[in-house]
Amino acid sequence: MTLSTPSTADPTPPLDTYTLNMGPQHPSTHGVLRLKLTLRGERVVAVEPVIGYSHRAHEKMAENRTYAQFLPNTSRQDYLSGLIYNLAWVEAVEKMAGIEVPERALVARVILAEFNRISSHLLWVGAFLADLGAFTPFLYTFDDREAILGLLETVTGSRLTYCTGRFGGLSKDLDDDFPRRAREVVAKLKARWPELVGLIQDNVIFRQRTEGVGRMTIEQCRRWGVTGPVLRASGVPYDIRKMEPYGAYPRFEFDIPTRTEGDVFARYLVRIAEMEQSVRIIEQALDALPAGPILAAGSLGVKKRLKPPAGTYYSAAESARGAYGIVIVSEGGTEPYRAKFRTPSYANLAALQEMMPGTMVADAVAVLGSLDVVLPEIDR
Amino acid sequence: MTALHALLAAFIGDFGATALLGVVIIMGYLSVNVLFLVWLERKISAHIQRRLGPMEVGAHGSLQTVADMLKLLGKQLLTPAAADKAVFLLAPVLVFLPTLCIASLIPVAGAEAFADQPYGLIVIVALSGITVIAIFMAGWSSNNKYAVLGGMRSVAQVIAYEIPVLLSALVVVLITQSTNLRTIADAPRFHPWLLVVPQAVAMVLYFIGITAETNRAPFDIPEAESELVGGFHTEYAGMRFALFFFAEYTNMLVLGALGATLFLGGWHGPWLPGPVWLLLKAYGVILVMMWMRWTYPRLRFDQLMSFAWKLLIPVALVNLLLTAVVLGVPGAGR
Repeated sequence: MTLSTPSTADPTPPLDTYTLNMGPQHPSTHGVLRLKLTLRGERVVAVEPVIGYSHRAHEKMAENRTYAQFLPNTSRQDYLSGLIYNLAWVEAVEKMAGIEVPERALVARVILAEFNRISSHLLWVGAFLADLGAFTPFLYTFDDREAILGLLETVTGSRLTYCTGRFGGLSKDLDDDFPRRAREVVAKLKARWPELVGLIQDNVIFRQRTEGVGRMTIEQCRRWGVTGPVLRASGVPYDIRKMEPYGAYPRFEFDIPTRTEGDVFARYLVRIAEMEQSVRIIEQALDALPAGPILAAGSLGVKKRLKPPAGTYYSAAESARGAYGIVIVSEGGTEPYRAKFRTPSYANLAALQEMMPGTMVADAVAVLGSLDVVLPEIDR
Repeated sequence: MTALHALLAAFIGDFGATALLGVVIIMGYLSVNVLFLVWLERKISAHIQRRLGPMEVGAHGSLQTVADMLKLLGKQLLTPAAADKAVFLLAPVLVFLPTLCIASLIPVAGAEAFADQPYGLIVIVALSGITVIAIFMAGWSSNNKYAVLGGMRSVAQVIAYEIPVLLSALVVVLITQSTNLRTIADAPRFHPWLLVVPQAVAMVLYFIGITAETNRAPFDIPEAESELVGGFHTEYAGMRFALFFFAEYTNMLVLGALGATLFLGGWHGPWLPGPVWLLLKAYGVILVMMWMRWTYPRLRFDQLMSFAWKLLIPVALVNLLLTAVVLGVPGAGR
């Protein structure tokens, strides 16, 4: 269909369309997102995402704090996979200052980050099904997520906004009992997957609602800078953990699950397969967990005032939503001169303008849900 | 009951006594029923989702819905400034009335329907069409885009799903040769065994149809929380909102009881008294509806329509034709 996007400059908007402001208070905009939908009947003609309702100026804050003081901010960007963001910042600063990280800390970071990724994906499965009108899977996935949060709490002390990364390691060592508890959680997760398949994946209504909806081609993904499971569902095996390996990832075997359909159902399948791969990484890491210190000798954690050499540094990590990039400009002081975060949801959300037109209102909700956007991470 | 009726009849006449008793009993029972069904729904959803559900007020939360109703009674009744006031106020009342009328038409035991009509089934079908007008009135008068969308969806949906309901009821009418619900429940209908098949098909069609007519998941698109916030009742608060709720659950019971009368033999059953059997069967139907709601995702609007027009209605028509053919075969019975 042809797209007629009525702009605000146009004095006479077409009479057969109307505007519906979805959000910022709406059950399925996942936080404070506002979608300006132009509708013809129930069909979406154009969409304009309006963001910024939870802008907290994280990038500006970074300029006014020491590197260590900024640590708590990191996990408050993406509150669902905060640990990955926290560790990404730590790794970026370690790269700048040239800090060596002990083996045990590297492997422990991988374990914690992968658990965090699974918990984020689990929440997505539940919330996405709730968007489609099925509320029961939400409770099931939250049950599993609860087990992961409980496990992470015993190591990091927090359940959502983790701040366990330290320049040169982690704040606390994994206790001797940790591998046993971690394996218990893994066993629980593995037992749950067949249930999810039976309840969700094989459901006729779920298939009808998701297959062929919100399709993105590789070319479109490239144009909008889409990353993460959304890109992989379109067929590009792009994952920072493989493309620009960091931490201990190169020593573990795992696949990058991809699909070629590029629709909402493919995104669901990719995320489910990713959870399985994360479990695979965790199991290998638990087997290979070396003994030794968790924090580099001579590193005093947050107490030491770091002064990385002047220059511009880039570091990237694969978050649960896609490629997370950090650019830090240092002038050699205790605070960054400038910090810029490339957050994956921001680019993914922008692609909505291409995915949504032509769909029905109900599909619009499904498409938005399939992107797995976290608004505080977009607004920063 | 008959003694009380005779006593009242001495003062206000026979008709007056029946009407008064009917209103009191039906209104009283339906109010209790809504409180019970809401509690049951919450408990069932909780157990499907591995939760406990309400546990605090009363034993196993049995008084939770009473507390909720009291809370809704105390709430301020807001009317949007841009709403069409008269229509806005009328809609919650109008959505509720037809269900009450239908309840009086359903025979609860051998000789007892409060309004025993020779054309009972047709009156019921006519009355249940009014509910959708009320829902559309609510959606339109709210002057809210979500509500209008919900109202429009509701009209399209009910029109589509009333047809299979009616066609499947007609199968029973053909077999029993009557539109009186008492005669229908009484009639023997498995004489040629071939008649079992069309009736089973009709029962499934009827069940799907009433699930859509009562706006229950997976056909709950008129309120579709995750898309339309509250659908047609987005702008309603307090007791007016409660009336929509009231209507939904009453409708479930009434249509469940009608289904029990049409397909499950109404009040007939061993040991227990008639009204108990009728309610047991109706609640059985409702239980399945609740089970479905907490298991399935919601259909999309266009999928919902094509499901009705392309599948349900053709199947219902063929089913009706099949019944007529079986009945027309010489020596098949009647």
